[in-house]
Amino acid sequence: MIKVESLTKKYAGLTAVDDLNFTVEKGEIVGFLGPNGAGKSTTMKILSCYLPATSGKVTVAGFDVDTQSREVRSRVGYMPENVALYPEMRVQEYLEYRAALKGVRGRRNRQRVNAVKELCSLRDVEQKLIGALSKGYRQRVGLADALLHDPDLLILDEPTIGLDPNQIRQVRQLIKDLGKRHTILLSTHILSEVEMTCSRVLIINKGRIAASDTPEALAGRVRTAGGVCAEIRAPGADLEKALSSLAGVRKVEIEEAGAGWQSCTLRTDADHDPREEIFRLAAARQWPMRALGREQVSLERVFAEITQAEEL
Amino acid sequence: MTFLTLLNREIRAYFLSPVAWVVLFFFLLLTGFNFYAGVAALNRGPSEVTVVEAFFNTVFFWFGFVLVFPLITMRLFSEEYKMGTIEPLMTAPVRDSQVVLAKYAGALFFYIILWLPSLLYFYVFNRVTRLDAAGAAGPYLGAYAMLLLIGMFYLAVGCLASALTRNQIVAAVMSFSVITLLFFMGLLNLFILSITPALRELTAYFSALEHMSEASRGFFDTRPVVFYLSLTAIVLFLTFHVFQSRRWRA
Repeated sequence: MIKVESLTKKYAGLTAVDDLNFTVEKGEIVGFLGPNGAGKSTTMKILSCYLPATSGKVTVAGFDVDTQSREVRSRVGYMPENVALYPEMRVQEYLEYRAALKGVRGRRNRQRVNAVKELCSLRDVEQKLIGALSKGYRQRVGLADALLHDPDLLILDEPTIGLDPNQIRQVRQLIKDLGKRHTILLSTHILSEVEMTCSRVLIINKGRIAASDTPEALAGRVRTAGGVCAEIRAPGADLEKALSSLAGVRKVEIEEAGAGWQSCTLRTDADHDPREEIFRLAAARQWPMRALGREQVSLERVFAEITQAEEL
Repeated sequence: MTFLTLLNREIRAYFLSPVAWVVLFFFLLLTGFNFYAGVAALNRGPSEVTVVEAFFNTVFFWFGFVLVFPLITMRLFSEEYKMGTIEPLMTAPVRDSQVVLAKYAGALFFYIILWLPSLLYFYVFNRVTRLDAAGAAGPYLGAYAMLLLIGMFYLAVGCLASALTRNQIVAAVMSFSVITLLFFMGLLNLFILSITPALRELTAYFSALEHMSEASRGFFDTRPVVFYLSLTAIVLFLTFHVFQSRRWRA
């Protein structure tokens, strides 16, 4: 659906996207992750034909964004980061106008406008002036707009920004549902969002792809180098010494957890699980233990490790 | 179809904003006063000019006329740049040329609406006075055709100014200056003492004042027609290219 080959975008004196390569297959929900200024929005603007690339080749649904731009635009639903709308128009009016602009006319216009109003819960504000809407509603009008022409590909630039927690949950569910029929590329820096909605993650850093995999596999990458957590009641110094001496343990961090309890985090070699030995150790020393488990590796950690390692 | 959708939105944008109504109101006030002044002048005694000439060749008309173009056109592109609505607009499957032409046509439509009430003045004048000379079609056709021709060109200038900047005030100042220079070019004759006959002829050829005064007497000259239509085309072409350049200027 999307094919990006050595895409480079330079603004005056600044390289925003640097020799980027990736593909997105039909039916995927791909999360586009990266720190601020990594080039996410720029890439999305190029995919939606708003900005031209400095060099490289980008095709969407087989059409070149540069030479067949209108073919691409009629197949892409794009929701920009800052949803800009005409404040003097009413929601209903705006959606009808946008649908017509995208070639959805006549009876289908009414059908599609009704359908997206339903999907994005805009029924109760359809007669309101856009200028009087809250940020959350405007965001939803932007999303509704992207869906109007039932596009093959949805490009959503931070779709949940500015929404309240309930709305965020609704929008995530909506994205998941949409993913059954559309290909979706969405950017965000809320990592739990990606874990919940996306089938694949692209991590972009300094204009380059730093990692591309399923959220689970990415988390797994860190997990193999993995960590174990335990809570044991023991004198801190003894505990640290004992744990450090276990085979395969590279690093031990101990934190006071109150009432004599120590919260320990162990870094181990890959494919080495010291949990059984920790249990035997505690039993032998008669140290009470109330927790022992693998560290929950969040995408947050993966993200930090991948994007910060690159900086070194 | 896309063009009509865009045009519809442009026209609605005028009438959904207070600016259009304010411009309409004060423009009516100005032209109404201008008409009253013209009729009052004719009332003083025998006159060499017709009511049409008296209406279209006064200071009130001139100032109202040059001021109205920046007001109509300044928001066309600048507002979209500033508010960011240019992004959803240009990521829809529309051509740049359709957007430029729709904006221009919307402005032209509003300009025509602006002048429609003035027809009523002349209608009333003719009903009341029943003067054959005042009712002759020539001056009306001439004056309104010239109004349309000059308007088309100046609106194009306004479009170009608006396409150049995201600041409406800057757009208005640019188009106002250029339009004022163009419109009052004919006055050069009065200020330059050592004017040569060739230069005088040249400025007369450019002078909108001259064109207006000729046309409102019922003279029909094809030179200004060609002049304004070709300049309109050129300026719109420039506007189109300026609008396209936003992509590589970004």
